[in-house]
Amino acid sequence: MTIDYLGNATEEDLPLLKIPYFLNTVRVGWPSPADDYIERPIDLNEYLIKNIAATYFVRVSGDSMINAHIGDGAILIVDRSIEPKNKMIVIASIDGSYTCKRLILKPKVCLVSENPKYSPILIAKESELEIAGSVIAAINTY
Amino acid sequence: MTYALVDCNSFYASCERIFRPDLKTKPVVVLSNNDGCVVALSKEAKELGIKMCEPWFKIKDQFIRQGGVAFSSNYELYADISSRVMQTLEQLAPKIEIYSIDEAFLDLKGIDSCMQLDQFGSQCRDTIQQWVGMPVSVGIGPTKTLAKVAQYGAKKYTKTNGVVDLSGQERQKKLMSLMPVGEVWGVGKKINKRLNELGIFTALELSEMNIQFIKKKFSSVLGRTVMELRGHSCIGLDEQRPIKKQIMVSRTFSKQVRDLDSINEAVSDYAVRACEKLRKENQYCTIASVFIRTNYFRKQDKQYSGMLSYKLPYPTNDSRDILFAVKSISKKIFRENYNFIKAGVLLSDFYDEGVHQPDLFASQEKGRRGGKELMQTIDRINSSGLGKISFAAQGIKKSWSMKRQFQSPRYSTNLQELLVVK
Repeated sequence: MTIDYLGNATEEDLPLLKIPYFLNTVRVGWPSPADDYIERPIDLNEYLIKNIAATYFVRVSGDSMINAHIGDGAILIVDRSIEPKNKMIVIASIDGSYTCKRLILKPKVCLVSENPKYSPILIAKESELEIAGSVIAAINTY
Repeated sequence: MTYALVDCNSFYASCERIFRPDLKTKPVVVLSNNDGCVVALSKEAKELGIKMCEPWFKIKDQFIRQGGVAFSSNYELYADISSRVMQTLEQLAPKIEIYSIDEAFLDLKGIDSCMQLDQFGSQCRDTIQQWVGMPVSVGIGPTKTLAKVAQYGAKKYTKTNGVVDLSGQERQKKLMSLMPVGEVWGVGKKINKRLNELGIFTALELSEMNIQFIKKKFSSVLGRTVMELRGHSCIGLDEQRPIKKQIMVSRTFSKQVRDLDSINEAVSDYAVRACEKLRKENQYCTIASVFIRTNYFRKQDKQYSGMLSYKLPYPTNDSRDILFAVKSISKKIFRENYNFIKAGVLLSDFYDEGVHQPDLFASQEKGRRGGKELMQTIDRINSSGLGKISFAAQGIKKSWSMKRQFQSPRYSTNLQELLVVK
């Protein structure tokens, strides 16, 4: 890179320096007695998230989990570090896309919707099932 | 000493895959700024013969025909995934050094007394895969350089399952005899060529060289590398993240720019971005510099590049102060009738809050009143994902701004762009 020196940038752009004339008096007072009682505001992250590195948020589309109180547009909190167990709500990858369903391991492995409109998805081979994480909370807004 | 190197496999491409299970086995490439060339590629893309830095327009048609998928770089996503990987490692190992966005060294002191080292490596690998969704390979050795050798083996040979422990000398020698010397940590292109001329082609051959000869012929740094390859640890773990000494934001324009207004907009936009970064580091700066340049590769064009710095009267991280500075510089370095292709803003001479000795006679020795609160509020709004506040100087149309045609959503950092599941 070549550098062209074009003069000092400050010479015309800087405002004139105003020298302050001190007339203020100094105020002295007691600190507020309430200072000792200041608490931190409530932090929902602290309540909802156990393992930040492994937690993702996803948004729900559709009504397939409505009976589990997961409505259309709800935000799910997914913790990938929690091992999915029987009857847990999980995020699973089916045919190249992610879906939210209840995981059933017995007597047969399947993914079940919480809406009678949809039939369960049977998993023929366990190796075909890929669980991305366990849903630990759902946030619905009204 | 025992070190491990944990390295993410095809990091950018793997980040994109976390949210796209349909891409699991497809070739994936990530493109540079302005979608110019390939900066990252998955194993499957490598197998198609695509190379790093290849221009996108050259490979585009064939790549898409072969079922490949391309992404513009999505640095918000990559930075978030990187910090998740590092946080996971912090929980697994007592000490870690973040070496780059996709690599970290671990100090394994004490771990060998609780478990087998290769077992620990597998645990790292499985945990990061499970928690974050990122595939990694792990190399373990008595020095950092040997940990890098081990990691090279872990990545190259699938039989290793992504974990190689090089604690034993026999295995060290075997792997080093298979490793080209150019792959050794600290051996660059130039040194590689000179070593080859001397008949040194493998890591093992380098490790058997006379140290005095290497120090005299090359450098003491390469001498240290030889020591490390022999298993004598010379480079320790650097845990402290150094405080940045300068912040640079520079971009190539999507098309050539000839007018001062566009340059002003671009430079203002970069300045605001640089100020955000500066505030994130809790630093204040007193020097703002701007550069602009034409496209060296267009031989038919007249060439010009200009750079100038502005000394601010007090340390600041207020976007308004920096905007004032960069706009007055760009006015001075701008020239008519040139095709500009790139501009950048550099902030330097950093101070912690309140450390600077103010000028007794400066009119605003502490900056603008309420400036700190205003900037905090702007940063909060902009990071909330709900809206954007920008300065008018940044422009609205931004016809010069980067092309990012294939950018994926910011799945993990923006509430409006979350992954949708059915």
